[in-house]
Amino acid sequence: MSTQEPQTRLRFIEPQALAGVMVHDLAVFRRYWLSTTFSAVVEPTIYLLAFGFGFGSLVSVVGGYRYLDFLGTGVVGTAVLFTSAFAGMFQTFVRRTFQHTYDAVLSTPVDVHELVTGEALWIGVKAGVYGCAPLSVAVLFGLRPSPTVVLVPLVGFVTGLGFGLFGMWMSALVPNIDSFNYIISAVLTPLFLVAGTFFPLDTLPAWAHTASRLNPLYHCVELVRSAVFNRLGFDDLGHLAALMFFASAMWVGAVVFLRRKLID
Amino acid sequence: MPSKDSPQHAIELSGVVKRFGSVTAVNGLDLAVPAGICLGLLGPNGAGKSTTMRMLTGQARPDAGEIRVLGYRVPAESKHARALMGVVPQLDNLDTELTARENLSVFARLYRIPRAGRRAAVDAALAVGQLTHRADTKVDELSGGMRRRLLIARGLVHRPRLVLLDEPTVGLDPQVRQELWGLIDQLRRSGTTVLMSTHYIEEAERLADAVAVVSAGRVIAQGTPAELLAGHAGRSAVEYNGTPDRLSEVERIAAAAGMPTRRTGPSVSVLRAEEMPPSVADALGPGTPRAANLEDVFVTLTGEFVA
Repeated sequence: MSTQEPQTRLRFIEPQALAGVMVHDLAVFRRYWLSTTFSAVVEPTIYLLAFGFGFGSLVSVVGGYRYLDFLGTGVVGTAVLFTSAFAGMFQTFVRRTFQHTYDAVLSTPVDVHELVTGEALWIGVKAGVYGCAPLSVAVLFGLRPSPTVVLVPLVGFVTGLGFGLFGMWMSALVPNIDSFNYIISAVLTPLFLVAGTFFPLDTLPAWAHTASRLNPLYHCVELVRSAVFNRLGFDDLGHLAALMFFASAMWVGAVVFLRRKLID
Repeated sequence: MPSKDSPQHAIELSGVVKRFGSVTAVNGLDLAVPAGICLGLLGPNGAGKSTTMRMLTGQARPDAGEIRVLGYRVPAESKHARALMGVVPQLDNLDTELTARENLSVFARLYRIPRAGRRAAVDAALAVGQLTHRADTKVDELSGGMRRRLLIARGLVHRPRLVLLDEPTVGLDPQVRQELWGLIDQLRRSGTTVLMSTHYIEEAERLADAVAVVSAGRVIAQGTPAELLAGHAGRSAVEYNGTPDRLSEVERIAAAAGMPTRRTGPSVSVLRAEEMPPSVADALGPGTPRAANLEDVFVTLTGEFVA
């Protein structure tokens, strides 16, 4: 048997493979976009109404912001977290174990790391778009964003990439779909509450304040506020770097652990 | 992706081993599938057929041995090979929320059919699967047979040179099986190389140009159905019915005469009946002659019984 060298060296990640994976996502999304959009708009509206009127009647200014402005920008992080982490966890788990979609995809010229990247990019794009929903609602409540608000979808995308990949990684670890409850309660809920969304973090004890630096959502919320109120500065490069580091680390985890599940 | 110079064999496996923990699913499997034929991988459930199929696409990695598919080393170059082959899995993994056409369109993208040819490729695949009139029906509203035809059409959308069919008709009613057999036969006639795993003897007999008998993770016999019959079961058999005592007696007489037998449900078949001396035939009494089949080969080779 003679050994033949491949005639073309393939790129590590081929755009055509990513396109194929994302076209699948788009086709499926066309079936459920209405329900996704509904909850993306209604949820932040409820937060703004409940916290804005409830809590906002007690405090009018928080961390140098009108409370509604503080909240309206903070809830962007919540929306991004929930769209991306939930999609990463549940969708990935269902497609791998119940629908066996990934088995079908991997029998075409798509490798596991491309599948993971394509799915994550799609989740990131969705998070970027739906992260804007709370802002639009907040505008109705009187938020006046500056032009740098156009950077918000980008922040949502990078954050969504990280949390989407986090969810995908977790989907390879849990034995069954009910086990996601552990991750939601023990990981996502604390991240979502201690990200400077509902109250400023400098009111926390020093150790908690420091620990919150490890929360990717905190960096997302800080970036969103800077973008919406045109206060972008050197700090924000640090926030962006933190989010990019988070996404990269989650990518490695998701690829390694999903490969173990998908390739015998 | 460019294709290689036509290799002599579409598929070559040598000494392939695959273990899952302490279980050895594939145990030194050797197999060569010449280009352009339909090879049936015949064996009972658990013989290692599906694992072998998954190794051909790089979805399972062998612990030992060499695999080549369309000239590409697998798993190292499996992406090149996957681009040129179509896979029809045993398990229906269609997207149930999407229509037949949408399922095919997604795979036309995944298989990288250029934009200009995509629509035509999807239409052609719908026609092959006889689903043109149901193109816009969601998969969960299609019948079982239609779903299986769509699954096959999906594996053919990019006109692959090699098609892997894993138990293509398992669990389907006889009428649907006939339909699918027609479809597979058409594929074979078009010159596409087909590797089909099955545990239905009849399926292998009807569709396969060559059959490899798999047992406990290795190929124990290979050849055309006629060669396998001649080598392992002869041309004809005689079946004897009766009480358990009568069956034991038949087995005893045949064994004394040096003739192979096997239990066939409530009867005993004496194989190589064409060589049966008249004296033995007299001793055995009245029986029902029939042609030898691959099941006789299989049971003779493995002692196992398959459907």
